[in-house]
Amino acid sequence: MLVPGLAYLVLNNYLPLFGLSIAFKNIDYSKGIWGSDWIGFDNFEYLFKTSDALLITRNTLLYNAVFIVLGLGLAIAVAILLNEIKNRFASRLYQSVIILPFLISIILVSYLVYAMLSTDTGFLNKTLLPALGIEPIAWYTEPKYWPYILTFVHLWKGVGYNCIVFLAAIIGIDGEYYEAARLDGASKWLQIRKITIPMITPVIIMLMLLAIGRIFYADFGLFYQVPLNSGALFETTNVIDTYVFRGLMQLGDIGMSSAAGFYQSVVGFVLVLISNYIVRKINKENALF
Amino acid sequence: MDVENRKWQWAAHAVLILLSLACVLPFILLFMASITDEKTIVANGYSFFPSRISFSAYEYLWNQSSQIFHAYGITVLVTVIGTFASLVITSLLAYPLSRRDLPGGQFIAFVVFFTLLFNGGLVPTYMVYTQVLDVKNTLLALLLPWLLMNGFNVLLMRTFFQTTVPLAVLESASIDGAGEFKTYYRIVLPLSLPILATVGMFQGLAYWNDWNNGLVFVTEPNLFSLQNVLNRIMNDIQFLTTSGGAGSSQALAALPSETFRMAIAVIGVVPILIAYPFFQKYFVRGMTIGAVKG
Repeated sequence: MLVPGLAYLVLNNYLPLFGLSIAFKNIDYSKGIWGSDWIGFDNFEYLFKTSDALLITRNTLLYNAVFIVLGLGLAIAVAILLNEIKNRFASRLYQSVIILPFLISIILVSYLVYAMLSTDTGFLNKTLLPALGIEPIAWYTEPKYWPYILTFVHLWKGVGYNCIVFLAAIIGIDGEYYEAARLDGASKWLQIRKITIPMITPVIIMLMLLAIGRIFYADFGLFYQVPLNSGALFETTNVIDTYVFRGLMQLGDIGMSSAAGFYQSVVGFVLVLISNYIVRKINKENALF
Repeated sequence: MDVENRKWQWAAHAVLILLSLACVLPFILLFMASITDEKTIVANGYSFFPSRISFSAYEYLWNQSSQIFHAYGITVLVTVIGTFASLVITSLLAYPLSRRDLPGGQFIAFVVFFTLLFNGGLVPTYMVYTQVLDVKNTLLALLLPWLLMNGFNVLLMRTFFQTTVPLAVLESASIDGAGEFKTYYRIVLPLSLPILATVGMFQGLAYWNDWNNGLVFVTEPNLFSLQNVLNRIMNDIQFLTTSGGAGSSQALAALPSETFRMAIAVIGVVPILIAYPFFQKYFVRGMTIGAVKG
């Protein structure tokens, strides 16, 4: 029974690990991947000498840091509010609606964003900004707006799903805690701070650990599709994942592209180990492994 | 106390209504754009209240676009096969792992868990699928890479099996002479509908929404899924509008009209909106019980 699943993992997850060696090779297709010459850290040296390395690392880390803080904070807040809603029908309705963005593909998201931001026909330039007396803005060629746009889109797409995860945790809290707190005259606000938040801390930490472990991985779709792969925006939209992809598919620069991928995988892995270790030190129960 | 409660109710409703509007308005804008008259869009841009309504984009879609329907067919096919296959192999792996008496179970669980922490990344995975398996421009390219099974779902399902299928039931089945496979098929799966529905929904969404495999492994238009068609159209527009230059306005005019593009997007999203409510009741339950810890 184990065979099909394990076979797939070997193929999809373990076999590519050997391919990490590509980062240390000078790929020559006539010799094949295994036969190509080892060149040590040349690919890495080349990568880190370009200004790209710093830019993509900075972008990836900053975006993810903002996403973790705002994303988790917003999801927790929404979950707490959802839990307050006593009307079951309304609660169901809110849940269904705010999860909609999570269900659609990032391509569709890019269409929605385009409908909002298109320079000639977008809702903002044609309807909203004129109403406010502001000149139209060429969104797809102005890098400075994109940190806000991408953060907004990320939160918009993710909050529904994350808040369901927290809601599931909140629903699991024993009602007697709240009962006792109410008898003692604790306000709602105090109950949230002293009961709800501490009780869901394990879930918060687990999600945070997972997110920190993936802090070197950017959501490729978000950074590639939503800005429509526009070259004018690379300053604020290029992240490691889009860099690796462009290197492989558009430039055919396999060496540098896999060096960047290697850097990403290894640093990401080390970060998971470190963050898990720290959590273990503080509270063993909350650690991931 | 009651006053406080009511205040909280009001505040919660107010915030959630605003959030819900933010989530739903872009879809309405998309839909309105698809039924707006083309000339109106060019003149006034996208609008929630278009001055002229026209269903010509849908008529065009219905009459002309065998290519779109072909892509739609590919999407449906890949979603059905992929979701089914992935439920089968995920549950086949999760069931033995849920048994404490599996020899080497800890090690196998680690093999699964490790895939969540570390991976080879895009380039080596691309190499394996193109050089070793040669899936480029086949249907397998849309089914296999990244999507078929993931460690997270396996662990989610394992936890669910462990917590909801009582050990006593499994033991009595084995005393009655049911083999492992029969136990899995006849007892474990029927008791685990919530998690099957949850994982099935995740997988179905992943396949329906996938554009990445098509972008990386498919250059043959006959194998384009709907997402890849949408992606291709958007790329062409972007290329033409930013490159400018002679003849680009002509080329731009030859592209599908704005309303038509939005109509394709609408037919891509509608099945999800229809299917989701059926899964919703399982969704929260599956998430709650299956919540993982490695």
